[in-house]
Amino acid sequence: MYGGILSGALAPALKPAAMHIPDGFLSLPVLIVCWAFSVLAIGVALRRTNAQLGERQAPLMGVLAAFIFAGQMINFQVAGGTSGHLIGAALATVLLGPWAAMLIMTAVVAVQALFFQDGGLIALGANILFMAVAAPLVSYWIVQLLQRFNRWLAAGVAAWASVVVAALGVSVALALSGTVALGIVLPAMLAVHALIGIGEALITAGALAFIAASRPDLLALRPAAAAADRWPLAGLAIALFVALLSPLASSAPDGLERVAEDLGFGERALGPFYAIIPDYAFPGIAAPALATIVAGVVGTLLIFAATWMLARYMQRRRQPAETH
Amino acid sequence: MHVSYLDQYLDLDSVVHRLDGRAKLLATIAFVLACTLTPAGRWAAFAALALLWVVIAALARVPHGLLLRRGLVALPFALAAITLLFTRPGVPWWTLAIGPWRLSISDAGVIAFVSVMLKSWLSVLMALLLTATTSYPALMQALRQVGTPTLLVAIISFLYRYLFVLADEAQRLLRAREARSARPAGVRAGGSIAWRARVAGGLVGNLFLRSYARSERIYQAMVSRGYRGELRTLARGRFGRGDAIALLGFLLVLGAIEGMTVLGWL
Repeated sequence: MYGGILSGALAPALKPAAMHIPDGFLSLPVLIVCWAFSVLAIGVALRRTNAQLGERQAPLMGVLAAFIFAGQMINFQVAGGTSGHLIGAALATVLLGPWAAMLIMTAVVAVQALFFQDGGLIALGANILFMAVAAPLVSYWIVQLLQRFNRWLAAGVAAWASVVVAALGVSVALALSGTVALGIVLPAMLAVHALIGIGEALITAGALAFIAASRPDLLALRPAAAAADRWPLAGLAIALFVALLSPLASSAPDGLERVAEDLGFGERALGPFYAIIPDYAFPGIAAPALATIVAGVVGTLLIFAATWMLARYMQRRRQPAETH
Repeated sequence: MHVSYLDQYLDLDSVVHRLDGRAKLLATIAFVLACTLTPAGRWAAFAALALLWVVIAALARVPHGLLLRRGLVALPFALAAITLLFTRPGVPWWTLAIGPWRLSISDAGVIAFVSVMLKSWLSVLMALLLTATTSYPALMQALRQVGTPTLLVAIISFLYRYLFVLADEAQRLLRAREARSARPAGVRAGGSIAWRARVAGGLVGNLFLRSYARSERIYQAMVSRGYRGELRTLARGRFGRGDAIALLGFLLVLGAIEGMTVLGWL
């Protein structure tokens, strides 16, 4: 009985982002690297917030984590039955600083995995890394960088980037695990999340404008970043970057091509998808590049269409539940 | 909205329900890990893992039907993995012609795709079984006992405790917006997308202010009851011999399945 209401209200609000990696999609090495960095980041975040908030931290961050979770239910109509909604990493970062935001988002992602099966249990390390560590970090830098010009713009850009960066991380992790073809999924994920990010940016800026109008004192709540704060942030960022890129560099050109080469597929290494026309005549470098672009565009369109149909289907199924 | 959605089967009683939370948590993680490690295309190994789940679910006396249906939550993610069908090099099975292009599905692609979907489905099913048989406080305690930082567990506990309160708050905000949003038939209403997004942002901001005020009240209520920065719980449940035997037995079965897979017997 309540399940209908809850899943009707919470689940679709989270689903269109398609960001929570389920179990079974990631390979063991990728999982281990993701867990290592997540644990490291959470460890640093725990130490920082402990120093800043003291005994108040448990109720404050716990209730605000519930706020982010519930805030993800608030949506707005875009077009054709799709809707935009909040993910919240950037909002939490602007309100409470990057470290508290990391803990809050970690709690949100963990509860989604533990109790809603939204994202896997051992994939949690990756989901935390992208949505609860990378997203607040990137938001924080962008806000630091841009807020001297215009703080609403800074918050909006930070919110947009937090979504795109998480999508980027998810795509790369899936590709490194050999679960998806990077050439298709990366452009598709980035295109979809660049759009979702616009909604995130508008809601985040709107929420901050509301808070600034009614309780400006709360926006000063965020502890000013001490100079010492930047070093671990920078270190973590470099580590993240290296972690994401190192497997790419080591197994260059890319896992799939390597397998194809090993198996001796030679020129048709990129598989049937890329065999565009039988008598394809363009020689040299132009052909594979073009093929990749075409594949990317086709993949984007396919996933767009599929997502749109899924959204329509879910919308229609939700219709009766919405008449309250 | 009510917590009972997640706790539907917690009132049942079974061997599995009575097990210590740690044993169930570790067993679930081991099972998910085993699913991840099973190579693609080893159908016998997947069947053995599925059989293991069926046995545990039967022991837990949890109705299979609902779990199987809720186990499909990862399905939207299949969209991403679907690209495997076309990109894995292999013997083409079936070719789809779209204009000048041909999309062909290879045998290796089908094996990879079906394997990923099976892995994720089995993992979700076991995770569902964990939450269906373990109460929320027991799971939190298990998380703490296996070494999750206390503060993080405290935040997750508060999140879960107030999620339903704040979700109700959010529902009221949404209902208020709905009530004020007249849509005359045939007339375009509701402003631009940016305007609607700002309104939604206002709701979020409002929700934040209410949540923040609530967290202050909660903190004061805690302090007045003697809170000094440490969350105390009544010690509950101990890891007995039965728990150890159950966990060990489960791990042995898992190990046997994986071992036989590695040796090529499954």
